[in-house]
Amino acid sequence: MESREKTLLRFTTTGSVDDGKSTLIGRLLYETKSIFEDQYAAIEKTSKRKGYDEVDLALLLDGLSAEREQGITIDVAYRYFESPKRKFIIADTPGHVQYTRNMITGASTADLAIILIDAENGVLTQSRRHGIINSLLQIPHLIVAVNKMDLVDYSECVYKNIVSSYEKFSEKLDIHDIVFIPVSALKGDNVAKKSDNMPWYDGATLLHYLETVHVTANRNLLDFRFPIQYVIRPNHGFRGFAGRITSGTISPGEEIVVLPSGKTTTVKSIVTHDGELSEAFPPQSVVLTLNDEIDISRGDMIVRKNNLPQVSNHFEAIICWMDEQAMSNGNSYILKHTTNNVKAFIPRVVYKIDVNTLHREKTDALALNDIARVEIKTASPVLFDTYRVNRGTGSFILIDPLTNNTVAAGMIRGVSRTIDDVIEGAKDKSVTQKKSPHTIWSGWNISREVRELRNSHKAAVLWLTGYSGSGKSTIARNIEKALFEAGCQTMLLDGDNIRHGLCGDLGFSDKDRSENIRRVGEMARLFFESGSIVICTFISPFEKDRATVRSLFPTDRFFEVHVKCDLEVCKRRDPNGLYKKALSGEIKEFTGISSPYEEPRNPEIVVETDLQSAEDIVARIVDTLKKERYF
Amino acid sequence: MNSYTLSYLKQLESESIHIIREVVAEFKNPVMLYSVGKDSSVMLRLAQKAFYPGKFPFPLMHIDTGYKFPEMYEFRDRFCEEIGAKLIVEHNEEWITKECHPLKLGTDKCCGYLKTQGLLDAIKKHEFDAAFGGARREEEKSRAKERVFSLRDEFGQWDPKNQRPELWDLYNARLNEGQSVRVFPLSNWTEVDIWQYIKLEDIPVVPIYFAREREVIRRNGLLIPVSSFSTVENDAKANFSHEETETVMCRFRSLGCIPCTGAIKSEATSFDDIITEVISARKSERENRVIDLGSDSAMEDKKKEGYF
Repeated sequence: MESREKTLLRFTTTGSVDDGKSTLIGRLLYETKSIFEDQYAAIEKTSKRKGYDEVDLALLLDGLSAEREQGITIDVAYRYFESPKRKFIIADTPGHVQYTRNMITGASTADLAIILIDAENGVLTQSRRHGIINSLLQIPHLIVAVNKMDLVDYSECVYKNIVSSYEKFSEKLDIHDIVFIPVSALKGDNVAKKSDNMPWYDGATLLHYLETVHVTANRNLLDFRFPIQYVIRPNHGFRGFAGRITSGTISPGEEIVVLPSGKTTTVKSIVTHDGELSEAFPPQSVVLTLNDEIDISRGDMIVRKNNLPQVSNHFEAIICWMDEQAMSNGNSYILKHTTNNVKAFIPRVVYKIDVNTLHREKTDALALNDIARVEIKTASPVLFDTYRVNRGTGSFILIDPLTNNTVAAGMIRGVSRTIDDVIEGAKDKSVTQKKSPHTIWSGWNISREVRELRNSHKAAVLWLTGYSGSGKSTIARNIEKALFEAGCQTMLLDGDNIRHGLCGDLGFSDKDRSENIRRVGEMARLFFESGSIVICTFISPFEKDRATVRSLFPTDRFFEVHVKCDLEVCKRRDPNGLYKKALSGEIKEFTGISSPYEEPRNPEIVVETDLQSAEDIVARIVDTLKKERYF
Repeated sequence: MNSYTLSYLKQLESESIHIIREVVAEFKNPVMLYSVGKDSSVMLRLAQKAFYPGKFPFPLMHIDTGYKFPEMYEFRDRFCEEIGAKLIVEHNEEWITKECHPLKLGTDKCCGYLKTQGLLDAIKKHEFDAAFGGARREEEKSRAKERVFSLRDEFGQWDPKNQRPELWDLYNARLNEGQSVRVFPLSNWTEVDIWQYIKLEDIPVVPIYFAREREVIRRNGLLIPVSSFSTVENDAKANFSHEETETVMCRFRSLGCIPCTGAIKSEATSFDDIITEVISARKSERENRVIDLGSDSAMEDKKKEGYF
């Protein structure tokens, strides 16, 4: 019988006061008779005092005195109303960019979002931003309410233009259901009653759509996840595990596994105050008892044996920074995820997202309201699913342990992949980034392992990167000699030589530099697979190019050697007179002078040619290889 | 058969149980504020459900101003004994002996001494780090902005502009020295929900919520029962003429202190009647409460100072 009762829809509204957002909500409350006489009397009084002609329904919503004074919405306000069909909870959020964190807070629990666009102004940057944020939060349904239609004479043309312009933009977003409705919140057109002023619109009213949109379809009923909140032990005879079902369903008798311990057993009963249940589903709060005594505590998770979450202490997530104090790479934070608290830090910001354009920016710092993709490392493994498939096990907050503030909200994208995973992935698909059409990778005729066996040494790649004149070539030549004398099969690939042949068609633009390195990487790969120790000496100034090369080789076979030298020393050395030409402008795009050099972040070896002698450096590198049993 | 759909009330129930369990799991010394009203009764039932078949592992605390209706005291003591709950009753003795009264000090000051100060002192005395309260966001517009976990500084003050973000169902339970939280498990419930749940669960409530004929006097648009007139007037010998009294079918829509709580005209004698009345109500539920009528931001100002 229960299911025939009213259902619940939680939705969020974004837009600024100028768009008429508060007026729209006020209108919804008014039309569903959710405004009390005394509340109405209070805002009527205030409206009169301010000299308005009509009662400002928006005054109902701004709860803090500062907001009423300034006529803006600062924080999320929750509103409640019901129609004969549904109960509604509105998270009403401010629309300005400085309140992005409040928008995200409101969106975090919503099944639907309403974005307001002022018909007079059309699609603004902020309308796009609201779409982007709702898409990041994976809100399944989006209503774009084109408001203030009364001010544009209820023009179909104006409306159509806004719709087509927003549709063009929203193609890029991850939102599956998007509906447009022309309204006038002030006059009430198409809010609860169909408007006579817009006969050209044959869609539903806003309220009708809110009442009928199918939201339960968005729940995850497949993956059973039950994070333990609390262990209930009233006496020796009873031991139950209390929690709320995040996703999936469970029945007594079903086999389960407890994570992270991995112990398995079956469900004995599902206990509630209202009696035992034969099946439980989200979002029920229940108590599970099990058929075997297993040590389980808060933070553990009960799941099905053949449907496990991911387990990792290194993953990537989209986070929104919510604290006045900027993010710092060095800081450790407390990550609260399901019912678990773990220590975490952010080793890397992958990129920051410009919330107005979706463009990605490189940065190391995150300030209030910034949204970024980051890597997260935790002190112990976290049991998660991606946010896309499971909001409950894919979301987390970060807490600063010094201030105890909630400093960020995060949505997990997946395990952070290591180079080995990338190689495995590439092998699986038998493709790399670019491949010629109609070619099939057939594997090596004679494997590297067999060749290594005959050579009696391992294949490896030494990649020397650094400024022109830093001494890369000198070191490389001496290393090769030493290895060759020790009986190794070697090959030296030198920047200048390659540019005389294989890469003779390339210049020094960023694009050509990347292509140069790509070709060299592929060539090094061929020598590597033939069992050689390949020594490559290239300025290779760009991090992403070096990363591409690195991804071609197994982790323990690739050595990035940063040949460091003070730029002033390089200039003085200037073995081929190139700096002189670069400084005079004769050579354009010269690394260190007119083109940047991105220092390696985590090179395997760093040498400093302005401080150490070439002999020492060569001996050290050869020694390292010997100790690690490469030859 | 099974559509895996929870009714609205069951969804609210589950959310509240989740909140109550989170508090018990993450705080050292929680307490549940018990005001004897309908919201407290619902909150208590949810606490019982959250830890069933065990008992809820925290005490109840009533901050008593001494001005509650006799029916409320009687109900409180009987009910707590029945369910076997540990009840702490605290008073601000200092101001009760000074005969604090709204007519003498104004409602704001009276509330400030007897309720706010009384609560802060009690929390300090018992070293509670988390206190459940039955407040709902729908009740009043500053409450609409308050978090489920509402952080208070060492003076119990709420800083509305500096609230912690609260996302999904992840509550930050960490406190700095001296801080405590007020936790509102009923944040998303409305007055109608409360009554529907009371009916569904058959939860006992104080009888004065139901209408019956009462002898009352009209004062400032409120109906004051003759029996409490002297308390309202703060004068044991307060006089009224018989022409002033009338017999009216009335009930109390929300319960507070006698001097500040009036009855409303009502025919509602059952749960169903009350639900029908509340659904069709044209006035908000705190209409009969003198304390909120002070100014547009009366509640926000009180909360900033530590009021619940």
